[in-house]
Parts: sequence; C-alpha cells; structure tokens
Amino acid sequence: MRVLVTGASGLLGGAVAAEIARRGHEVTTFQRRPSGVAGVADLLGSVTEPGDVARAVAGQDAIVHLAAKVSLAGDPADFTLVNVGGTYALLQAAKAAGVGRFVFVSSPSVAHTGDSIIGDDATPADPAHARGDYARTKAEAELLALAADDERMPVVAVRPHLVWGPGDTQLVARIVDRARSGRLPLLGHGAALIDTIYLDNAATGIAAALDRAPEVHGKAYVLTNGEPRPVAELIGGICRAAGVAPPEWRVPAGVARTAGAAVEAVWRVAPGEDEPPMTRFLAEQLSTAHWFDQRRTRAELEWQPEVSLDEGLRRLAEWYSSAPGGSRD
Amino acid sequence: MSRRLPATPRSAATVPPPGLPGLDPRFSRLVDDGEATWHVLDTGAVLAEHGVEPVGTVLCVHGNPTWSYLWRRFAEQATDAALRGGPAWRVVAVDQLEMGFSERTGERRPLARRVADLGRLTDALGLAGPVVTFGHDWGGVVSLGWAVDHPELLAGVMLLNTAIHQPEGVPIPAPLRLALAPGVLPRGTVATPAFLETTLALASPPLPTDVRNAYRAPYRGSDRRGGIGAFVADIPVGPEHESFAELERIAAGVRALDVPALFVWGPRDPIFSDRYLDDLIDRMPHADVHRFEGAGHLVAEDADYAGVALAWLDERLPDGALSEAASGASHRGAPGIDRAEDPSHVRRPLWHHLDERADSDELALAELAPPTGPAPRRISWRLLSRRVHELAAGLVAAGVRPGDRVSLLVPPGADLTAALYACLRIGAVVVVADAGLGVQGLTRAVRGAYPHHVLGAVPGLTAARALGWPGRRISTATLPAASRRLLGVDHSFGELVALGRGRELPPEPAAGALAAVLFTSGSTGPAKGVRYTHAQLEGVRDVLAAQYGIGPGTGLVAGFAPFALLGPALGARSAAPDMDVTAPATLTARAVAAAAREVDATALFLSPAAVANVLATEQALGADERAALGGIRLMLSAGAPLSPTLLEGAAGLLPNASVHTPYGMTEGLLMTDVSLETIRDAATSGEEGVCVGTPAANVQVRISALDDDGRAVGELSDRPHVTGEIVVSAPHVKSGYDRLWFTDRAAVAGTPDDERWHRTSDVGHFDAEGRLWVEGRLPHVVVTAHGVVTPVGVEQRVETVPDVRRAALAAVGPRGTQHCVVVLETVAGVSQPRLAPADLASAVRTAAGLPVAAVLVVPALPTDIRHNSKIDRTRLSRWAEDVLAGGRMTAP
Repeated sequence: MRVLVTGASGLLGGAVAAEIARRGHEVTTFQRRPSGVAGVADLLGSVTEPGDVARAVAGQDAIVHLAAKVSLAGDPADFTLVNVGGTYALLQAAKAAGVGRFVFVSSPSVAHTGDSIIGDDATPADPAHARGDYARTKAEAELLALAADDERMPVVAVRPHLVWGPGDTQLVARIVDRARSGRLPLLGHGAALIDTIYLDNAATGIAAALDRAPEVHGKAYVLTNGEPRPVAELIGGICRAAGVAPPEWRVPAGVARTAGAAVEAVWRVAPGEDEPPMTRFLAEQLSTAHWFDQRRTRAELEWQPEVSLDEGLRRLAEWYSSAPGGSRD
Repeated sequence: MSRRLPATPRSAATVPPPGLPGLDPRFSRLVDDGEATWHVLDTGAVLAEHGVEPVGTVLCVHGNPTWSYLWRRFAEQATDAALRGGPAWRVVAVDQLEMGFSERTGERRPLARRVADLGRLTDALGLAGPVVTFGHDWGGVVSLGWAVDHPELLAGVMLLNTAIHQPEGVPIPAPLRLALAPGVLPRGTVATPAFLETTLALASPPLPTDVRNAYRAPYRGSDRRGGIGAFVADIPVGPEHESFAELERIAAGVRALDVPALFVWGPRDPIFSDRYLDDLIDRMPHADVHRFEGAGHLVAEDADYAGVALAWLDERLPDGALSEAASGASHRGAPGIDRAEDPSHVRRPLWHHLDERADSDELALAELAPPTGPAPRRISWRLLSRRVHELAAGLVAAGVRPGDRVSLLVPPGADLTAALYACLRIGAVVVVADAGLGVQGLTRAVRGAYPHHVLGAVPGLTAARALGWPGRRISTATLPAASRRLLGVDHSFGELVALGRGRELPPEPAAGALAAVLFTSGSTGPAKGVRYTHAQLEGVRDVLAAQYGIGPGTGLVAGFAPFALLGPALGARSAAPDMDVTAPATLTARAVAAAAREVDATALFLSPAAVANVLATEQALGADERAALGGIRLMLSAGAPLSPTLLEGAAGLLPNASVHTPYGMTEGLLMTDVSLETIRDAATSGEEGVCVGTPAANVQVRISALDDDGRAVGELSDRPHVTGEIVVSAPHVKSGYDRLWFTDRAAVAGTPDDERWHRTSDVGHFDAEGRLWVEGRLPHVVVTAHGVVTPVGVEQRVETVPDVRRAALAAVGPRGTQHCVVVLETVAGVSQPRLAPADLASAVRTAAGLPVAAVLVVPALPTDIRHNSKIDRTRLSRWAEDVLAGGRMTAP
C-alpha cells in the first residue's frame, strides 16, 4: 500500500512511519519539518494549508494521521485550527482522492473526565467534558473521523496511553531532568496504578489498526502495555534506567488525598514556553488510577505488545548508558 | 385514649405522575370495584401485548405508609423473566384504598373491611388463580386475610417483614407505642409526614432522593395522609380493639394454610423483629425463609427480594402449580447418603453410650479447671448419664418442647456436655455460636436463630441481657434472687435436675429431626447458621470413629470445643484441659499434659492457635509430664490448615503420635484427612495449594471446574489437575443453612437432586494420587485477561522470599480484566501501609511467577476472629482498589 503518515517528525509519528515501512509499504510522511526516518519520502507542509493537504493525499491508499498541536501554550483557536480543522481537511481530501483507509491516532484523554479509570474499555470521545484544549480538540477530531467512516474509506481511531521510550523528550526526559536537578519532589504515596505503552508497542499497535481497518472500522481502541504499575514504580524505574536517584515520595500532614493540584504545581511550566501538555491533565494522570481493559483491543486488532515494561526499561537504560554524557536533552 | 382522626376529604383515584424512578407507567391502571376506585400496577396488559399467557398472578399488598411503588422491581423483573420465556407471573400490586393513588373515600377501613375490599377488587379483576399473595408490613396481614378467604384460588403466600400476632405479655414495639400515644397519633401520622419520613429513613443503605420523593408522591399534604393515620390507629393493641377479632381469625387461618410459603426478612427492623418471623414460622413450619442480614424494614429496597421471590416461584410453583418434586426439594435427601433412611443401618443415637453405660463407674469426663473450684472434677458414666436424664426431664417439665431452639451460652466443660445431651435427647434444637464471632457477630447469630430458651452461665446470661437476645433464661448456677431478677432467669440447672428426678423421658427424636444450628466463622461475610439433623450429627461421630478409631477405650484430651462435646457420643473418656476457651492461643503444654494424665490419653485434639502455644511452652514440661504425652497415639488439629513447621513441632512433642490435620468446615466437619507423612511426601510434588489429603471415611469429594470467568460451572468430577470448586457429600454434611433459603439453594446448585451435596466455596484440585489440594476461596479467585488465578499457590511462592512473613493475593479492576496485587506482612514489619521498596517488589514479582501490578506492605493482614488465620482477601481487594486508585493509604 501507499501510506501517508502525518506528524512523523514527532517521536511516535517517526516510529509509526518506520514500522509501516518495515512492513513493506510505501510510506510518505507529511509535516512541516523533515521526519528523519530512513526509507520514507518526506513531503513538507501543513494540514492547515488546503493545497499542501491535497498534494499529500493524492495517490495514497491509506492515511495514518498523527499530526496535532500538543503544546501547552497558545490560543485555543490554534488547537481548533490544527487539530479539528486539520483533521477535517485531511478527511475531506482523502475522500475526494479515493483513499481506502484512515487511521486516526487519538488519545485516551478524549474520553477522560477526571475520574479514576480502573479497567475500562474505550468509551466515546466527549469534547464537552474533556479537560483542556488539547483533549477537547482531539475529541472533536475523533468524532469527525469516526463520522467519516464508510464502506469506501474505513476509519479506525486508536488511543495510545502515555507513550514512552528512548528519545522521548516529553515524559521520560522531563522526569529524568527534574530528578537529576533535585526538582522532583513528589507528593502523595505514589500508589495510583498507571498503564503506559512502550514506544515500539504503540507503533505496532497503530500499524495493526491500519492492517485491520476494513474489519474493525468505525471503532476506537485504547492501546497500552496492559501492565499497570504504581506511578512511583514507573517514575522510579525510569530514573533508575537513566542512572538518576529516584525521587522521594512524601505524604505531608494535612494532605488527605493525593492532590492533583499539588502535583500540578511541580509540573507547571512557565507561560509562553512551548511545552508538551504537562498540565493538570497529566497531574491527574499521575495521582489517580489510569488503566484499561485491553481484551477487545488485542482480540480485534490481533495485536500483542511485544516489549514488556521491564524490557522497555532495560532498553531505556541501555540507551541512556550509550548516550554521551548520559544526557540526551 | 382518644384515637380520633380528622376526616379525610374525598378525592378520586389517579395514576401516578410520570417519571418516578423505576416505575413503568405502562403498569398503572385504575380499577373501579363498584364501591371505590383503585390504582393498581398490573403487568397483565404488557404480557398480553407480547402474547404471553400468565401461569398465575402474584397479588402484592403494600403496608403503611408506602404504596404499590414498593413492588416496582418485582413487577419489572417478573415481566422481564416472562418476556424472556420463563414462567410468566402476572403481577398485580394494589394501592390500598385511602392510600397511594387510590381513592380517598373518607371512610373508615378497619382490618376486616380492608380484607373484604381486596376481595372485591380481585373479583372486579376477575382473578381466576392460581394466585400467590405477597404482602409487606400491615399489607402482609391484609394479604393473608385474602389468602385465608380464597383457598380455591390460593397457590402460595410470600411475605416481607410483617406480623400477624402479638404474643401475650409482650409489649408492642416501642416505635409503634409512641405513634399510638394520645396526641401523637394524629400529629405524627396525618398533620405532619413524620410517620412516613421515619419509615423511609429505615432503608439501609439510605434511599436516593428521587426514590424517597416517589414514596412521598401520593402523600403530599395532610389531606392525602388520612389513610396513614387510620392504618396506625387500626393496629389491634389489645382484645378490646375492633380489629382484634379479625386479626385472631387470620392468625388462626394461617395455621391451616398448606400452600408453599416464602418469608423474606430484613432483620434490622425496629418493629417487625425476628420475634414475629418466629411466630410466622411456628404457624407455617413448612415455609422457606430467607433473612437478608443487614437489610431492614424496607427489605424491598435494601435487598434483591424480587430475585429471591422469582427463584422461589420457579422452584416451588413451576408453571404456576405445586410440583411433586418441588414440594420435597427442601428435604433433599439421600438414598445411600443419609443412612438414617437406609434400612440396613442400625441407628445409634448420640446418647447411646450414656444409656449403655448408665451403671458404669468408669470415668467419662474429667474437667481440669471446673467452675466448682481448683480440684479436677471427675465424672463417671453413671453420674453423667443420670445428670443428662434428670436435666432432660427437667427441661421438659419446665416447658421446653421438641423443636424448641436452645442457645447454649455455657463454656465447654461438664455443664455444657450435660446440657447438650439433655437438649438433644428431648428433641430440642441446640444453637451453638462461639465467642470467636465477636460480640456483634454473636448477637446477629443468636437473633437470627431466634432461640426460645437461653441456657447459660452468668457471663453468657449477662451478655444476653445486655444485648437484648431473645429467649427464656436458664442458668447453670443457682443464683441469688436479685441476680435472677436482674438476668431474667426462670430456672437453674439445680432446679431442673430436681424437677426431672424420677420423671420419664419423652420418646427419642427421629433421626431426621433437626438437632443443632451451628454457626460458621463469618470469615466470609456474616456468620451463617448451619442445620444438622440427629442423623447428621451421628454421622460426625461415626466418621471420627471410622477414620481414627476413636471409641470406648480412647482417652481423649480435647482442646478444641466442637470435638470435646463428642467424647461421650464416641464412648471415649475425655478431658477438658485448663484453658480459656475464648483464647485457645493461651493453652500451655503443661495444661495439656495434666489433662492427658487424668484420662490416660491416647488422642489429642487441638486448634491450630493452641498448637503454636503448646509448642512455645514445651520447655516447662517435666519428665513425668512428657511421659503422659508419650501415651498419645493420635493428634488432630482442625479448623484451619496447620503449617508444616507446627506439624513437625507437634510430631517432636508427641513422639508416639501420628499427626493429622483434617480439612472440613462448619457445613461438613471432617471431609478429608492428611497425616504429617503425607504432607512431607507431597511437599516435593510441585502442586499448587495446600495438600489436605484424601477423602475421609464415608465422604465423596468432587471438583466443579472453573470456567474462564472464574465461575464453578463444571460437572462434578474427580479428574486430576482440574481446578474448581470443591464439592462434598457425606452422611455428616449439613442439611442446609438456617433461614437462608436462597443461600442454601446456591450451596447445592448443580448437584444431584437425590443426594445431599455441599458446595464448599473452596477451590482446589486433585493430584494424580487422588490427594486434594486447596487453592483458596472461590470469591477470592482472580479473573485476569489471561485466565483465572487462585490465591494460595501464588502466596506460597511469594512467602519463599526471605523478607516476607505472610502474603495475600488481592485483585483490582473489573472481573475478566483484573490485575493481581500482592499484599505483604514483612519480617521487619511496618507501622504504616506503603508500596514495597523496589528490590522487594522485584523479588516478589519474580517469585510470584505471574504479572503483579503492585506490591504493598501492611502492618497486619485482615484475618478472621476465630482462627486468626483466614485472610479476608475480599476486604483486602476493596482496600487495594481504593489505594491503587489514588485514595488514602489507610490500613486495610
């Protein structure tokens, strides 16, 4: 198949482009910067430019759409423009060009209203209750994508949860940097169970959704390793892999419940700084349970994560120890 | 006293407003009976719409101050079941006149008129039968009145908390006394909604606001509440009351009803307490009873009464009619299992040896620390036999009838032994709940069994008094007049013995008669009463005799109460060591040796907790004491599995004894037996779980395999290496649970109808040699996305990690996609619960051999009170789920 992967200059987009190419498909990537992925053709452009989009989709058999605005800063209208408008434009262009399948890469945050998630399967995207501009606009975009599903162009939504791995500048690098500089005092007992997904597994999962699109179209799937762990263990494991002492977890007197707000204060970034969405949403992620029922995902996508959490941490440690100076900032 | 109530203005019947939660508006209709108009919920039209022909009608009558809304779940579930193709019961739930949305006629409706009203309505509806009545509160009385008057239509009666008789000399319940007090009645019931609000407040857990509002809907404004006050005023508190005669007529008529009956009860009811349930059982002894422990007056809101009622209709009245098979189903019985029914079996009642050896001066009982003083008390067979005879005759003379329930609150010893055999001999039913249940558990148990008599020592009687337990009081000791009055004691042992001297005993009870209600430990929910017939208790004796050769000639030291009582039945001479029976862990080695010397012991029964302390105090033994222990050939530790370390220790202390740790439960006291040799041998086999050996004499053990959802649905099988629920059958297995019809049914589901089996709720498997391995409790099975995990094997592997003292497997998440969580006590101990440190978590995961989401360390795992060894994994899982969701890190 000829497959267009959008947003391939990001960590996950790059891994997805590489994985699909490895499976023997002819991959073109589409984003503003070069993807840096070997064996694929880069087409530079923006999903908000109709001309760029039309050029990109021409002649493609399938589209895997990851491009999105994920940064913290910015006008809510920008999120709508890129995440909703870009997705809409891409869907329209794809239909017009006769593209045969469409995988929308989403996020579990599209259906997350702030409560603990304890073994739930994917529930419908809910823009009205999604938390923050990123989640809201991704939710709207997912609804648009699934509404575009039909016989001629099957659409699948996949929602990888907390992707991490070597080279990750979001979750992993931030934890390691702050722990190294002693700026990672964590509040609470750290026992909230969090499921994550190792980068390679997210890539194979998205590729599986592409393969299975004709059979499973119109549905949304959460992708995780299926190995929930207490958040303290995850952060501790990441720190140890990077050769940094894990942070102390403290339960200060008077903090009755692990406070999302308190964790948020730790993660808060200065306004104007273009940062990943390490906001209240992520703070909540780190203080309440977030793990999913993966039975339907695995059965219907015919997919299993190949890299276990422990193996992922081992690979992360290997990557840190091979990196000059141990830092890959 | 003035009971004058303001006249209620007339108003017409209406249908309820739309949108009341759970109420299907399609069921509401108005029916004019020629005199007044009723609002009724009637599922008939919906059934007809779907072309479903009802097998019969359930006529539901609410009490005061509710309305037909009370029955909404039953109407809905019955209709769902009918539309799914099950037996179709039409449900007709009325709003009584002046109540709910029925007409306010302004007329007085005493009980007799209400019964007639209901008859006029069913005539207007043209109910043809079969009809099953279903009543709650005073609606129960009205429904029974209808039942008594319509024998040609009646197929069965079902009741939720109600009463049809006020026993003489017993004050009516305090809340009603208050409601009836002059001045309170009109104000409390009509002018203000106080009575209504009080009733709604009785729900446990509390009712949601929208449901509360639905109950209030027809009673907004004093004009609408006249019926509530009139109902309260119609409670016949004495013979002078106008409704007294009608109530008496119904109460007497109920005694003649021979249709199937179901009583579903919420015991937390300040008005219709277990006293009234007992009265109903007395009138309809064939009734099936299910008490929802924890539910109250509004049992219809607190518990799944509808599910129980529908299951009961299916079983007792399939297709609307009484089935031959169903009528006998409560006495599931047992060709080849119950030898009482086997003509070749010569019955030996439990008092056989007491009769046989009535002239023997040989030692029967030795009590090392009798209540009479420091010197050991030695009782010959002659004396014990005579004492039992006199006490039995005295109990009869004092009014204890066959079938009466007698709660024994006497510490183990000669007094308890005499009382037990005396009660059994006259056909009274002994209720035995031990202090290991804790005060609350014991109170629940005693209230639930509703004893007619409490036979106790002073501490037991004091507790009975303080906690308001039911029953007439008999004291083991003769008490001063003031104490007697204070404790409400009618008789003492001494008086009964004097009273019984020279009297003949009544005929012996039949083998199939109920003999005892024994309570479970309550380690998995509220304690359940377990019913044993005489034949089944005789079976317990016989399996001990057959399995271990215990009988005449055996010298038995019993440090474990249930078995101590069986000494005389076995014909063994038995000794109770000096110990605090409420704290078996305080039994010392010297106390055991002293008891052993007294009876020249050859057998020793201990609880696991006692074994640990006996071994810990072993150093204090002198040479002669060790010699006394040297005569012991058999040691038995029952109640919970004994660790290999303790077993080895016991073998060292008792050099000539074979050490056994049988497997059983309150429902079947001895199911398999295993010796230390077998355990040593099995230790290297690599099987999952605790080896409990092979089935004991007369016992069949089978496995009902678990499916992928962790449900025990497999056919009974003895194939090796299949994990499932352990299901047992033996002459000494229980006859059923007491007043827990629904639970009882679940405990025999899927077993042959013509044999008596018990589903143990334990899971395990057979190995290739036919040895049974217990892997945990069925409710503690973890159902992950990758399959079913039983707890014990994982826990044993984790307990090989050096820092781990004790481990428990918990589960988080929805069944089917659960994750395993390991909770530990460590050797070093912790003061606060916490996540395990990384290295310990890693070692635990490696040892567990399966995915473990989290490893938590706690100061102490929650265990049962009785044995301090059965871990409450259900509670632990609830705790883990909260903590691992980000909740507070409290102690489990």
